[in-house]
Amino acid sequence: MPSSPLLQVEEVSKRFRVQGRELHAVEKVSFQLDAGKTMGLVGESGSGKSTLGRLVLRLLDANEGRIVFNGQDITKLSPKQMRPLRRDMQIIFQDPQASMSPRMTIGAAIEDAMAIHNIGTKAERQKRVDELLERVGLPTVVKYAFPHELSGGQLQRVGIARALSLNPKLVICDEPISALDVSIQVQVIQLLQELQKDFNLTYIFISHNLAVVEYLSDQVAVLYLGEVVAQGPAEELFATPTHPYTQVLLQSILKMPEDTDKRQALTSIQGEIPSPFNPPSGCTFHPRCPFATDVCRQKKPERKLVGSQHSVTCHLAN
Amino acid sequence: MAIAVSQSQQSVRRARKNSPMYRAWQRYRRNGFAVAGLGWVILFFIIGIIGPWIAPYSYTYADFLHMHSGPSWQHLFGTDTVGYDVFSQILYSVRYALEIALGATCVSFLIGIVLGLWAGLSGGIIDMIVMRAVDFMFALPSFFFALILVVLLGKGIFPMILAIGVPGWAGYARLIRSLVLSMRNGEMVEAARALGAPQWHIARRYMFPNVVGSMVVSLAFGIPYDLTAQAGLSIVGMGLNPPMPSFGNMLAQAGANILGFPWLLYFPAGVFAITLLSFLFVADGLQEAFNPKGGM
Repeated sequence: MPSSPLLQVEEVSKRFRVQGRELHAVEKVSFQLDAGKTMGLVGESGSGKSTLGRLVLRLLDANEGRIVFNGQDITKLSPKQMRPLRRDMQIIFQDPQASMSPRMTIGAAIEDAMAIHNIGTKAERQKRVDELLERVGLPTVVKYAFPHELSGGQLQRVGIARALSLNPKLVICDEPISALDVSIQVQVIQLLQELQKDFNLTYIFISHNLAVVEYLSDQVAVLYLGEVVAQGPAEELFATPTHPYTQVLLQSILKMPEDTDKRQALTSIQGEIPSPFNPPSGCTFHPRCPFATDVCRQKKPERKLVGSQHSVTCHLAN
Repeated sequence: MAIAVSQSQQSVRRARKNSPMYRAWQRYRRNGFAVAGLGWVILFFIIGIIGPWIAPYSYTYADFLHMHSGPSWQHLFGTDTVGYDVFSQILYSVRYALEIALGATCVSFLIGIVLGLWAGLSGGIIDMIVMRAVDFMFALPSFFFALILVVLLGKGIFPMILAIGVPGWAGYARLIRSLVLSMRNGEMVEAARALGAPQWHIARRYMFPNVVGSMVVSLAFGIPYDLTAQAGLSIVGMGLNPPMPSFGNMLAQAGANILGFPWLLYFPAGVFAITLLSFLFVADGLQEAFNPKGGM
């Protein structure tokens, strides 16, 4: 029996007003995510992927659209009504040091998450802190340390432990590895994978690192200027990158060639992401698209299905 | 990472028996000037409390037989031009100086915290108005405001507290507003909200512990400033009326008699200068102590 998805995001839009001008951060984004699966959100900086993550958590309020979590529409819930739900949806931040109070020990930081929700007695919470630290691969003595005394990788593990302390169903990983050394990145990714298996976690994995997203995700959405330009199952999307933006993103990944003869020239995307204050006319990607035609400059493309579930927003796809 | 773990285990062992306050004291103790300054400040406060009882003479007692005499066992710091004992005058002055400086700092801080919180939390037009008022206060010398207020309010301890305290709010308002803004939009508060923490919990557990240090430091820097202002008002004749003892009055008199009776300047000015320096050293030490990244 197909159960309903854990998370449904329907036509969600977010606009910020900045000094009288309107910034389109997220435009009509929709996706569904089943429990235990991973949704990858990729895009350049400024593409709205982190904003989307915060909208799902209701850390920001959407201007339009609906977010249905576990069968409940959470879009209109008051902050007070949201509070019990926060146990089920957690976030791991890009910069774990910035997300923790410099005056709280690691143990206090993790325990406070549980104390907020009145979980267990103080002694039980302390015990749970030890378990969590061990689970994320840190020695339990770390709980007496302050955030600035730990390395970035250790701190990110603490961030994971804090998120896990509430037994969430959904965890939003907002660029959890981009601030870490490459060797540590792999460890953290492995840890995230193990935890997903053990606790049946559902991830929204936000990253600009395509290789990692491809590796971790079941579903992928490619964002450009707040809009989803390509969406679909990870294998399909990466095997047949139909949207020109997906193609250029894939080409810009640095790959190790097996031998020097196979070395390929790297192609980078031309130009910068345009200002979200006045997005380009027609297809927002046309100024940087190598295949852009007059239609692209004038008309906004519709969403088209190009595979079994792979959809792109592009005039040229068919 | 292995190295980092063992390092953190070491620091962890220290942390286990050391509370954050104890560690702040450890950091404070490293600064010799701050410790010496704290000693003097404590002495200054004690004198402020018990000064009138240990003073050998009343501040109204004029020893007509020993006018403008130099330091002696009878008059430790000498006597002034009407025979007042300078040592006793200083002991009395400390109390009034502290009353006025602490009172004024409290007044500044209270106005500053209210306006700063208001501006930082409401934003928009209120923020703009308060910040323009801050600019206005900074553009004009606050001593000038103090003079006007003394003229309006009259002389005395309480009017002086208001005269020095009221114009001093701008710096505190600006500091508190900036602290509120940096916290409110910061990732730490966002993370706490994501955990489901209610507003008051965020304010109490996350925001307050991270701003209390800055506030204490700014208060510690504010007290010597108000001490100076208080003496300054007396020097220009807008402070406490003689024979009410005050550093300003003593300094003004000493200045007029500097050639004949220099000890009139040496002792009050010396005590006052050491006091100001001590407060600044303490403030400096607190600044270091309250920085959690200051190491041990």
